[in-house]
Amino acid sequence: MAKKPIGPVRRDFAPWDDPQARPYIEFRNVTKKFGDFTAVDDLSLKIYEREFFALLGGSGCGKTTMMRMLAGFETPNAGEIFLDGQNLAGVPPYKRPVNMMFQSYALFPHMSVEANIAFGLKQEGMPKDEIAERVAEMLKLVKLQDFAKRKPHQLSGGQRQRVALARSLAKKPKVLLLDEPLGALDRKLREETQFELTDLQYELGMTFLIVTHDQEEAMTMADRIAVMDRGRIIQIASPAEIYEVPNSRFVADFIGDINLMECKVTARNGDTCRLQSVEFGCEIDTAQAVDAAVGDTVWFAIRPEKVRISFDEPESRVNAVTGEVWDIAYLGDVSIYHTHIANEQTVRATVANRSRVVERPVGWDDKVWLSWDRDAGVILTR
Amino acid sequence: MPDQVSAKPRRSIGGWLLIALPYSWLLFFFLAPFFIVFKISLSEIAVAIPPYTPTFDPATGWRGLVKMLGDLSFENYVWLTRDSLYWKSYLSSVSIAAVSTLITLVVGFPIAYGMARAPTEWRTTLLMLVILPFWTSFLIRVYAWIGILKNEGLLNQFLMWLGLIDQPMTILNTNIAVYIGIVYSYLPFLVLPLYANLEKMDASLLEAAADLGCPPWRSFWTITVPLAIPGVIAGCFLVFIPAVGEFVIPDLLGGSETLMIGKTLWTEFFTNRDWPVSSAVAVILLLILVVPIVLFQNQQQKAAEKGL
Repeated sequence: MAKKPIGPVRRDFAPWDDPQARPYIEFRNVTKKFGDFTAVDDLSLKIYEREFFALLGGSGCGKTTMMRMLAGFETPNAGEIFLDGQNLAGVPPYKRPVNMMFQSYALFPHMSVEANIAFGLKQEGMPKDEIAERVAEMLKLVKLQDFAKRKPHQLSGGQRQRVALARSLAKKPKVLLLDEPLGALDRKLREETQFELTDLQYELGMTFLIVTHDQEEAMTMADRIAVMDRGRIIQIASPAEIYEVPNSRFVADFIGDINLMECKVTARNGDTCRLQSVEFGCEIDTAQAVDAAVGDTVWFAIRPEKVRISFDEPESRVNAVTGEVWDIAYLGDVSIYHTHIANEQTVRATVANRSRVVERPVGWDDKVWLSWDRDAGVILTR
Repeated sequence: MPDQVSAKPRRSIGGWLLIALPYSWLLFFFLAPFFIVFKISLSEIAVAIPPYTPTFDPATGWRGLVKMLGDLSFENYVWLTRDSLYWKSYLSSVSIAAVSTLITLVVGFPIAYGMARAPTEWRTTLLMLVILPFWTSFLIRVYAWIGILKNEGLLNQFLMWLGLIDQPMTILNTNIAVYIGIVYSYLPFLVLPLYANLEKMDASLLEAAADLGCPPWRSFWTITVPLAIPGVIAGCFLVFIPAVGEFVIPDLLGGSETLMIGKTLWTEFFTNRDWPVSSAVAVILLLILVVPIVLFQNQQQKAAEKGL
């Protein structure tokens, strides 16, 4: 049975669903310790050719260590890393067919933009005229033709980022590693560059591995995201799956905004089950099978934008709670309503501001009803 | 910048005082003594106190001053060009200082590099070790080298004990001993600025070089050395400039054939008691040193403008 896709499908590309597909990059039971601190803990991961893969997590979760091990700057304490079938153990960084775009860009300050881009090609011993050709091609790619003779300190942050990108792409590596590539850019530039990078990756047909703590960056660009915490991968899935079907409270909470309710399973019936909220006492009916027995504690997670807010009492008391609006965050495009239910517990509902004038807007201290559809939320068991 | 108001900043009295302090220090302790030395260099030797003529007696007033200025001449400078001893001393000083600076750089670069690459918690200790010799008097440390380098000294005894040589080598009282003395004494002056430079170098640059296929031995020459050049220049000048005028080391460790301008100056002043000629020697030495200092400052300014 074909899996029903969740969310938009970027392109007809899903080698991870094919058991026959050969992984391009493979981490096998890799562990890395720094003294007593375990940065990466017995971690296995497969990344496929032409994939745009993101490692997402907070600081200290081990994502950067993973990338540095792949680039060869760190040696794993245990486990193996394979690239295109080759075991990378003992291969020094300067012999690995991967290139990295550094978070600090690490441009050589004493060299011009041109010389920076040509650096890797010179190491290969490429003939001079070919180097010049490739450098021109790269400068055109990142739209910096007029800046070839400048030194890095004469460029703006965005331009430096482009030079760093051009330099790491110049050797046409099998894999491009991007370490928080857009962190230093302002919001507008970041959004633009995100789309440019995705287009570039598609055009060049390279495998991109990006490390980031910015979920938006990972969501917009990656084919798949691995959410990491304390040296382990919590979930690997497409951006939409990560968002819509998180597998744990950690992922649900890490990605976007979510309401988490502690519940008890009251009934199970094949593909559906009923829960009762511990805090609010309300009944929750879901169209989701759950891997828990009646009476077990589970968590019901629902995104704020999937919660309806209204003055009218819904027909059914199932999948609905009532409360008092405690705070409203007006963000322009949407408003977030923080509603106190029982025991000062808050449920958030996001409403898109579709029109400028609303007949009877929901205000502070209003009594409102919050409700949601049967398939709007997910049940989490851990 | 065009969008900035180009009015001169107004200084308060306190601001002027603050600027005046270092300038008056320079005026009283550098410029004034220099003019006195310069004036003496234009005088003639005399059996008198002070041992030169003409002298200026404030009692004679304005006319006395004019008369004194009229009696001054560049005779001594002409004399310096006639006797080959002087230009040979200058040349020999500059060459000894240059060779010593080069050796100091060869010895000092690996030390500074090693310190900059050492684990952070060691660096303070290593820095202390470099400065440690300063806790003993310079004179005593140079003296100690006599005990090491003389024919029956520690070095010869050690080499003979190893069986590397049958009879002692003559090192003391040769130029080699002077090189050893200068390199030893001035090493910290080269290591410290170079270390400061190498230490602030971004380690990710070397990683980036390796990532782009450059092995470490090559990235040392293409990345580390070019970026260390301001530190190398600063360190070399700090060794070269005092080494040119060095007196104690050639006097204690050098031999009779070691010609250095510091020694010549000493002989001229204390043995021949020829103040005017020794003053002329000093003025020329200063000129020889001012040129590299100006070059050094230019270089520093350029580096500052580059923001390196």
